[in-house]
Amino acid sequence: MSLVNFTAREITCKIVYYGPGRSGKTTNLQYVYGRVPEARRGRMVSLATQTDRTLFFDFLPLELGSISGFTTKFQLYTVPGQSYYNATRKLVLQGADGVVFVADSQARRFDDNLESLQNLQDNLLGQGVDVRQLPVVFQYNKQDLPRDLILTQDEMDDALNFRSVQSFSADALHGTGVFETLKGVSELVLKKLATGSQVA
Amino acid sequence: MSATLNPLYRFDTLVVGAANRLAFTAAKAVAESPGTVYNPLFVYARPGLGKTHLLMGIGHAARAINPRLSVEYLTLDEFVESFHAAIAAGQGEAYRRRFIDVDLLLVDDVQFLTHRREMQSELLRLTDALQSANRQIVLTSDRPPSEIEALDERLIRRFAGGLVIDVASPDYETRVAILRRKAEERRATFGGGVLEAVASLAIDNVRELLGALNRLVAFQAVSDTPLQPAQARALAGGSDAVEAAAGEQPPDEFGDFLSDISATVAQQVDSWRTKVAGAILRWEGEGFSTSRLEALLQQEMTVDPEEVLRKFESDVARLRALHAEAAELAPDLAGSTAFRDPDDIPGAQTLTDRARQGAHPPPSPSPLWKLDDLVEAAGNRMALQAGRAVVAEPAVRYNPLVIVGASGVGKTHLLHALGNALAAGGKTPVACLSAHELTSELIEAIDRNAVGAWRARYRGAGAFLLDDVHLMANKDRSQDELFVLFNFLIEAGRQMIFTSTVPLSELTGVEARLRTRLEGGLVVDLPAPDREIKHQVLERLVLEKAGAPDAELVDYLGSRPADSVRAVHGLFQRVLNAAESQGGTPTVALAREVLEAPAPKPPRRPVATRSSGVVAPASGARSREKVVWEWPDVGDRIVEEWR
Repeated sequence: MSLVNFTAREITCKIVYYGPGRSGKTTNLQYVYGRVPEARRGRMVSLATQTDRTLFFDFLPLELGSISGFTTKFQLYTVPGQSYYNATRKLVLQGADGVVFVADSQARRFDDNLESLQNLQDNLLGQGVDVRQLPVVFQYNKQDLPRDLILTQDEMDDALNFRSVQSFSADALHGTGVFETLKGVSELVLKKLATGSQVA
Repeated sequence: MSATLNPLYRFDTLVVGAANRLAFTAAKAVAESPGTVYNPLFVYARPGLGKTHLLMGIGHAARAINPRLSVEYLTLDEFVESFHAAIAAGQGEAYRRRFIDVDLLLVDDVQFLTHRREMQSELLRLTDALQSANRQIVLTSDRPPSEIEALDERLIRRFAGGLVIDVASPDYETRVAILRRKAEERRATFGGGVLEAVASLAIDNVRELLGALNRLVAFQAVSDTPLQPAQARALAGGSDAVEAAAGEQPPDEFGDFLSDISATVAQQVDSWRTKVAGAILRWEGEGFSTSRLEALLQQEMTVDPEEVLRKFESDVARLRALHAEAAELAPDLAGSTAFRDPDDIPGAQTLTDRARQGAHPPPSPSPLWKLDDLVEAAGNRMALQAGRAVVAEPAVRYNPLVIVGASGVGKTHLLHALGNALAAGGKTPVACLSAHELTSELIEAIDRNAVGAWRARYRGAGAFLLDDVHLMANKDRSQDELFVLFNFLIEAGRQMIFTSTVPLSELTGVEARLRTRLEGGLVVDLPAPDREIKHQVLERLVLEKAGAPDAELVDYLGSRPADSVRAVHGLFQRVLNAAESQGGTPTVALAREVLEAPAPKPPRRPVATRSSGVVAPASGARSREKVVWEWPDVGDRIVEEWR
């Protein structure tokens, strides 16, 4: 997809929240949704099962208005976390400008995090995207849980963040680290403009 | 005029207060009469206090007063970079001249002269040149000249000789005025006391003040309620102040996010202007017209600037190619401005086309000699067959073909005949000349400083035929040129044929690299004419000149000693001349009388004419016949002998 359309004077960023099931991807979007003035947010589309598991994906369009003469739009997506929805994940991942990998900080979800990260890399590779070239940040969610249940940010970095990209400690339910994460990935995506590699 | 002057940085957009009034007055005086007051003008101030605004304001104002004034603005870094680029492009002098011809030179950020001795000298030279020509130079720095580390004492004195003036931090009233004006420019309206609250903060840097205003504008854009002075102070005063104000209202996470993202987008999107400005400096430094890019800078973004830059770059590459070609063909076109304007490629193309048409073709083979006219016999069969093979498949079978034989055996005749055949086969233009001519042309080209055009003349040849290559001996420059030309033509798949009187193995004074290349083709001998050849040549001559065959005469002349075809021609010509002087036709009796008479003394004056009409080399051997049979009549010869 084109990130900057000079003719239409439009900047569009597609950011995908990726991670294992129940790590808090939808919660991130819901928190953002709750903080955006009504005039600026589109309708959040969320297709969930009766137990609130994401069935297809969540979609939150954000109209940031005119910035430097460009109509700037952010599109936030989540993918279904459960492993059997890989086809949907692939679909949602297509054309992503940036990825937030939402990891569950609980020690018992360690393997799920690794599996999901591996799945992300496989799916990107399958789409011909070099994960090293794509803006990615990590969010270690549920850091508010008791210490003996979770891994710290450093431990999570050691386990998942091999390339030392930006990582954020978060409690998405209460909003801690949600906007910091969004800002982190957004800035990475926007800074890629300077390279011109995705300029339409 | 450089278009890198920011159109917003004019005097009328500058807020003048107590802190910058003096500098503003001096700047205005300089803009009104450049070169006459305060020259050089040196303005210094801490970053963010409007030095660049003032500097560009001078440029705008001066141009408004006199639109024909040439104004150049650049930062020191750009000055250094473009100078280095110009040096690298071999246009150092042109670059210097360009600045010396500027009426008003504006140099920003000269504090970066620190430890740059070379650029200090350059600037010193430039300042002196501009001052002596009554041209204005204005410089800015973040510190006074005396505090610029390792700055040449002479430069400090030069700056002090003009006016050195500083700009201080704006006071409260000026800060309010600045905020009001900038808010107005952005069509942003704030409640009473908001801007004053921000101005009351200890922000003494205009740039930071405008940053604070940006935050207010961004905040107001997403906030449903009017901004309060306390909030404004908190937003402008940094995180501590934000925290202090936190009790008043819940944090607006989305507003903060938007504000940060806006700053990032603005920074990234605006980077195209920086890129375009950088490109302008680069190409201007290399002497190209950049009006297309300058126009782009003035525009709102309507096209992809990357695409414009790419197109501009490709146009410059095209101009360079045309320029290189034209300069080789016609050196006098090298300085033409048509090759400096990427917006006028057709103009450059026209000039190059004209150069192509005007370029002299290389000397062609004499049309008198045809391959079919050559007499073929056992002795010269191999050479002729090799020649025909070359004509049939130029540059495929034997390249180069080298014909070796004694003087007069018909090498030149064969060479020109092959040249004509190659030309008929479409290998035009065929360059055919002697080594002596090639050297003479080269000397003339060196003398006219037109070696490039000379080279281009032969590089464009479809085939290259060089007679008497042995005469290149000890002519080092000619050999160098021939070596390079040889390699070029081989690579370009063009046929080459050489002749030499001296067998290549005995060739002295010719560099091994050239000799081995000649040996690398096919070397064929053209031996002295045997009886069969002599008879065929004489039969043809007698029939042609006497009008009827005369076997007796042919037998007699064929029995006479002659080691070359040219000598055979000479024998017959002597008899023919004698017959013509007597008003008769050549006969055996006359031939005996003429050829068996005592030999006349050789002429004292060397004659440089050959039967071929080709000028003989000064150092070449001349046979007696060669001289005699060319003379129009015997009477002239006698007169010559009596001199």
